[in-house]
Amino acid sequence: MITSYLFYFLSFLAIMCALMVVFSRNPVHSVLYLVLTFFTIAGHYVLLNAQFLAAVHIIVYAGAIMVLFLFVIMLLNLNKETEPNKSNWLKAIAAIVSGLLLVVLVGSLKGAESVVVTNAFNPNIGLIENLGITLFSDFLLPFEITSILLLVAMVGAVMLGKRSVK
Amino acid sequence: MTFSFLIYKLILVLTVFLVTLFVAMYSTYAERKVAAFLQDRIGPNRAGPFGILQPLADGIKMFMKEEVIPGASNKSLFILGPSLVLLTACMTGAVIPWGAPLIINGTVYPLQIADVNIGILYLFGVISIGVYGIMIGGWASNNKYSLLGAIRASSQMISYEVAMGLSIIALVMTTGTLSLGQIVEQQQGWHWNILVQPLGFFIFFICAFAETNRAPFDLPECETELVGGYHTEYSSMKLGFFLFAEYINMFISSAVIATFYFGGYNMPLIGRFIQNPNHLAILGVLFLFVKILFFIFVFMWVRWTLPRFRYDQLMNLGWKILIPLSIINILITGALMMRKEIIQLFFN
Repeated sequence: MITSYLFYFLSFLAIMCALMVVFSRNPVHSVLYLVLTFFTIAGHYVLLNAQFLAAVHIIVYAGAIMVLFLFVIMLLNLNKETEPNKSNWLKAIAAIVSGLLLVVLVGSLKGAESVVVTNAFNPNIGLIENLGITLFSDFLLPFEITSILLLVAMVGAVMLGKRSVK
Repeated sequence: MTFSFLIYKLILVLTVFLVTLFVAMYSTYAERKVAAFLQDRIGPNRAGPFGILQPLADGIKMFMKEEVIPGASNKSLFILGPSLVLLTACMTGAVIPWGAPLIINGTVYPLQIADVNIGILYLFGVISIGVYGIMIGGWASNNKYSLLGAIRASSQMISYEVAMGLSIIALVMTTGTLSLGQIVEQQQGWHWNILVQPLGFFIFFICAFAETNRAPFDLPECETELVGGYHTEYSSMKLGFFLFAEYINMFISSAVIATFYFGGYNMPLIGRFIQNPNHLAILGVLFLFVKILFFIFVFMWVRWTLPRFRYDQLMNLGWKILIPLSIINILITGALMMRKEIIQLFFN
């Protein structure tokens, strides 16, 4: 009972914050609302008993990626005077494209209703022990490939960060 | 989830909160006394005997000061900044085991607010969102010194978070758990983690200084370069929040260091003299606080002994020394844990 109330409360907050990301005039406010959105989504993960995912979500998205966003936006010092002129046809194209995306999302969600869940939901799957066992047995190859991908990204960042490549 | 359980948790939360604030309050007094001792002065001695009412006098002064909000600042964010800093500073105490569970009339009362099985990750989550308060406060002041201070603070905290996380990974490898309660339980008697992870402790300790923005890493509020850093424009109790949060962070970091590496509430040999588990639990809380107070003293000792780093030195230390060291530490730990398999591989 409490969890369903919490679900509705968190969903309401998530949607409100997501809308505020789009509607707020100040880009710094947008970033902060996006951080709040991530927190509400982490709350949803906790409701689904996926504590590890919730914690990692906060650490990675709110704690690292959004800090970098905030960094850049604060240094750019965006305000009304420096706002680039957006022509009307650009706005029209943006509206059409995002409208089409909305249609696609709604359509795919409508299609998802008819999918029958065959395997029962295991509430303990999100706990860290089970997650570790799954990662290192069933999904070992994707896991290792992901780590190589991260290593490649890291090496690339170091290469780009060097002033001159000999 | 009975009603009495909720009441007990509420009392525990309030106690931890009040104790945290009390220790932080008296850390300001201790800092002045330690500084005075190291510089061969007397220190505050006017308010009350030995000046022990000095923190109260400071607090009243902070509240009574005129509150200035700069006209060109972003007002809502200007207020949000210090509030966030204080909030995140107080949140970490929730996962620290303050003592062994008490057993009264057959009911177990754990002296830990939440023994979540992702305790270490929770800790890191709170640390990583602690950056926001400083960044928001520094940016909302609309002052270039504040902005520079905020950027220094956040880049420093992000950089040292990496090394801190890597040093903790080695600890997680040896303990095999992310729960702080279990980490402390494993360190009974002499099995302190410092003996298993000396290098990890060393890295974690340095990073703790950088995360709390304490000297020798107090570049964000470097007076000679940045006036006052991210809190240049702040006055009254909002400034007080920023300064006070530093002391709370110091207390919490000391508690985390004691929990991770120095056995938490455990004390060797004490089990031979005292048999009653409840007495042991209460004594354990005392031992934990002795360890915490010792680390707070070390924090102050270092601050008044070492000069400040230069900014490039700080970044070099973080990225070129501490991160490689912590990766080497992970490799050594892994090799030692798998030593039997490695020996078999090479000699069979």
